[in-house]
Amino acid sequence: MNASGLSSPLRTSSWTALILVLSSTAPATASPLPQHLAETGLYADGTLTTPARDVLAYTPQYPLWSDGATKRRWIRLPRGTFIDARDADAWSFPVGTRVWKEFSRGTRRETRLMVHTRSGWVYGTYRWTDDGADALLVPASGAVAPDPGWPGGSYVFPSEQDCRSCHEGRPTPVLGFSALQLSADRDPEAVHGERPDPGMVELRTLVDRRLLRGLPASWRTRPPRIDASTEDERAVLGYLHGNCGQCHNARGPLASLGLDLWIDPARPHDDRIVRSLLARSRFRIPGEVARESRRLSPGAPERSAILFRMLTRDPAQQMPPVATRVVDAEATRRIERWIHELPSGSPR
Amino acid sequence: MTRRSMCILVPLFLACPVLAATPPVPPFAPSLPNLSPEARRGEHLVAIGGCHDCHTPKTFGPQGPVPDMTRMLSGHPEGIQVSGAPTVPGWIVFVNDSLTAHAGPWGTSFSANLTPDTETGLGGWTEQNFIEAMRTGRHMGRGRPILPPMPWIVVAQHSDAELKAIWAYLRRVPPIRNEVPAPRPPSGAATPAATTR
Repeated sequence: MNASGLSSPLRTSSWTALILVLSSTAPATASPLPQHLAETGLYADGTLTTPARDVLAYTPQYPLWSDGATKRRWIRLPRGTFIDARDADAWSFPVGTRVWKEFSRGTRRETRLMVHTRSGWVYGTYRWTDDGADALLVPASGAVAPDPGWPGGSYVFPSEQDCRSCHEGRPTPVLGFSALQLSADRDPEAVHGERPDPGMVELRTLVDRRLLRGLPASWRTRPPRIDASTEDERAVLGYLHGNCGQCHNARGPLASLGLDLWIDPARPHDDRIVRSLLARSRFRIPGEVARESRRLSPGAPERSAILFRMLTRDPAQQMPPVATRVVDAEATRRIERWIHELPSGSPR
Repeated sequence: MTRRSMCILVPLFLACPVLAATPPVPPFAPSLPNLSPEARRGEHLVAIGGCHDCHTPKTFGPQGPVPDMTRMLSGHPEGIQVSGAPTVPGWIVFVNDSLTAHAGPWGTSFSANLTPDTETGLGGWTEQNFIEAMRTGRHMGRGRPILPPMPWIVVAQHSDAELKAIWAYLRRVPPIRNEVPAPRPPSGAATPAATTR
């Protein structure tokens, strides 16, 4: 335990911590980020609660599961710049863009930051002190802090490599801030969905303020939405998009797997997602015959590898592989029901 | 020359022909034919890196386990069942008699099939997936942790050119269909569906 109250994963006793050590990157380099969150531009001068005037709050309609944490998000673009949306499914953010995400459960625990620099994206995270008076930069190798109020009794701060593993699985690393996630046609059935607070930016706000340019003009009148046969399916596909699609898509390093769970709002009638789910799984569900496991078996949730992996928190089998230690009970229940009701012979 | 120095030099002189006549070390593995210079370099790196130690199944000879090169780099054989590891005070790592399954505080891990078989090996991987996996210690660079005893931190010290050479070689290894079991959690760890809260 060091002076800040953080322990390196090596000093914790659990075997999962051992894996954290073994999976962490070798010697961390000095971070270019400030040591204090207050110095990153998120807050108005002299406060740790009031966002600065040029910081925009937002909330995606299909949020990432974070073990039940309450989250808040902000983005800041350099003055006079804009987001280039000519590739409507992979926006290009100007150098200088900053994105923050805060995690709390009663009190604030962590605020993550990603910054677009001339040499690429830089990631870091800040740990809030117990009295909430400061938030300090966590080492790039990540850390574990005892936290009786958090599931599992400790709080895991991700390493920079953990950040990259999720954020750099597509052409743009900014997740949750996209045409579909900020669409005004919000999904009322979205799993853990939240209504945006007044003042939060949405797709139309960004276009009107010319902070977003190049978007298809038709999306102003017909905001993007997931085309699905039922409301349940729409919500499930949205959940898979927001929780799995950042890695499992057709434009990133894992494209060779042929598992595409990313919704491209320009192709709302595409059934490739369900099709890619019907393929054979390289993951073998316990009890299945060798090479017979399926990613998804219509009508048979118990024979669907994606659900099995979402229901486990064995680090070697769980999905997502990082940033969660608690099963998302609501999501898995709804996905189980969706799979159960899928007719054999899918896709529709 | 003193008598004392003669005592030293003569035995050395006599030893030289013996040292010079020492036969060259035989190759660890049969060399694959028709490899590109890059893949040939990769073959050498795989051999001296000890990859066969865990990723090639063994047969038992009179002096112990010997790599079975007919199943070169195909990982833990799918037909070999491994029971739970014993608990012995003072010991933390156990290895099976094929040297392809290891048990320790992380659970039980099975050596991966590194051949280019599409369904059970690295056939679906790209060069980028391989390099990122070796650099990050995560499956395909962003999936589950690569488990002990895989010394990925050591492999990560290779240059990009060296990792590309290893990948070029692995693409040329004969594909072998062998479905390696999924790793097992340690006994007493949370089981699937047991951690909702």
